[in-house]
Amino acid sequence: MVIYLKSIFTDAGNLILFTTRFFREIVKPPFETHEFIKQCYVIGYKSFPLVAVTGFIMGLVLTLQSRPTLSKFGAESWLPGMVALSLIREIAPVITALICAGKVSSGIGAELGSMKVTEQIDAMEVSAINPFKYLVVTRILASTLMIPILVVFADAIGILGGYVGFNIHSDVNMVRYNAQVFESLDFIDIFPATIKTFFFGFSIGLIGCYKGFTASNGTESVGKAANSAVVLASLTIFIIDMLAVQITDLFF
Amino acid sequence: MKLSKNHILPDNNAPIIDIKNLYKSFGKDNHVLKGLSFFVKKGENLVVLGKSGSGKSIAIKCLVGLMQADKGTINVFGKDITKLDETGLNEIRLRIGFLFQNGALYDSMSVRENLSFPLLRHSSSLNPIEVDKAVIDILTSVGLTEAIDKMPSELSGGMKKRVGLARTLILKPEILLYDEPTTGLDTITSREISQLILSIQQKYKTTSIIITHDMACAKQTSDRIVILKDGIVNAEGTYDALENSNDEWVRSFFI
Ligand SMILES: Nc1ncnc2c1ncn2[C@@H]1O[C@H](COP(=O)(O)OP(=O)(O)OP(=O)(O)O)[C@@H](O)[C@H]1O
Ligand SMILES: [Mg+2]
Repeated sequence: MVIYLKSIFTDAGNLILFTTRFFREIVKPPFETHEFIKQCYVIGYKSFPLVAVTGFIMGLVLTLQSRPTLSKFGAESWLPGMVALSLIREIAPVITALICAGKVSSGIGAELGSMKVTEQIDAMEVSAINPFKYLVVTRILASTLMIPILVVFADAIGILGGYVGFNIHSDVNMVRYNAQVFESLDFIDIFPATIKTFFFGFSIGLIGCYKGFTASNGTESVGKAANSAVVLASLTIFIIDMLAVQITDLFF
Repeated sequence: MKLSKNHILPDNNAPIIDIKNLYKSFGKDNHVLKGLSFFVKKGENLVVLGKSGSGKSIAIKCLVGLMQADKGTINVFGKDITKLDETGLNEIRLRIGFLFQNGALYDSMSVRENLSFPLLRHSSSLNPIEVDKAVIDILTSVGLTEAIDKMPSELSGGMKKRVGLARTLILKPEILLYDEPTTGLDTITSREISQLILSIQQKYKTTSIIITHDMACAKQTSDRIVILKDGIVNAEGTYDALENSNDEWVRSFFI
């Protein structure tokens, strides 16, 4: 038990050191623009189909599940607005972030972990190239930037899924459906929800990089790095979400 | 062309690498280096022998600052690298080439990108055509021009070693550190790699430390040999001298 606690605290301490190193290195030139763009492509574009499918299903299912309850109160016309609200405020950000924790965080963890184990990171270091800058800074920045974009996509596709779900039982055209959606949306629905996705993206990139970059030597540590990246990133997403909701509650 | 050793080294050459009293341990009771001291003169090929786990790789990792020694000094080009900051260390690193035990090629890049990667970052004045020319030149010198657009996963062990060597050579280092350059290769390829090491020494006038278990390679490439045991240098001398040593343990390496 003591050993377990100790390892948690050392891990947390190392993660904080890793984060401060990120902020120190991010401001120092040279900037690895090319690698950054490549990572945006890998993290953003390649996760798009996955996020699109889950987003669509979320919208569809949410509509179908909520309809019976709402129609009991005769409030079926609230359905589009309610679905859009829950998607944008909560479901799309969290589900997208979790999906990306599974795909992106573990991907980065495994990639950097195997680079570490096969001494590729050492090789960069001895050729006087800063591996932290080239590998870590670019990936964290890319995921901080791409996850929010993916969430916005998931929002839009989820609302489309809601429209499809709504039309299974009733007949509304797209324009009217959209009007109902936007009527119910406010600035405070979108703004805090978007802010928190940046934190989601940051922690997904950070944790993947941290686990991979600090993997110990030996092949089995690659799997361990990928696995613990997913677990820790998912947990962090829920914690950030909880904090974000509390803070939004305080201010709005 | 068969190359032979360049035995005529000027004796008054100052050491370009000078390791003194190096200590390194892992945890409380795994003491790997216990006061290791040796030197390498300019233009010399020093072969380091020692049983597996005797700390050979650790020693050269300390030499390039991949690992921090617990105690001791490491003078390279007249500077103590244990006291240098990141910038100073990187200046020294640019003048040292390191060939990793398993090549350490960047998996996600083709051979061409592997080679141009360090070049683009350190010789920013070069235009793409010059970079390409340098890459092809260096691949020609290790005899692997046909592999230029392959990925590392498509290369054999020997090819990986050569590409790794090419990648180290592309920045024109003055010191080369080889970690088991011939391990895992067949006899003929091993001999070719050893030849390559010799031809590099003569062509680029480099100083080298060669860690190996391959006695044929040691015989072919060494100007001088040190043997590590219990974290210190146990024996030192030329190949011929050590082969005929009085110490049975030393002789056992040469059987
Ligand atoms: N990262 C590490 N953490 C803990 N111990 C290590 C680490 N790296 C090496 N060691 C220990 O240091 C010792 C020497 O390792 P080193 O890799 O230098 O051996 P070597 O002489 O190069 O052996 P080989 O010929 O097999 O490559 C080993 O016994 C190992 O237990
Ligand atoms: Mg070794």
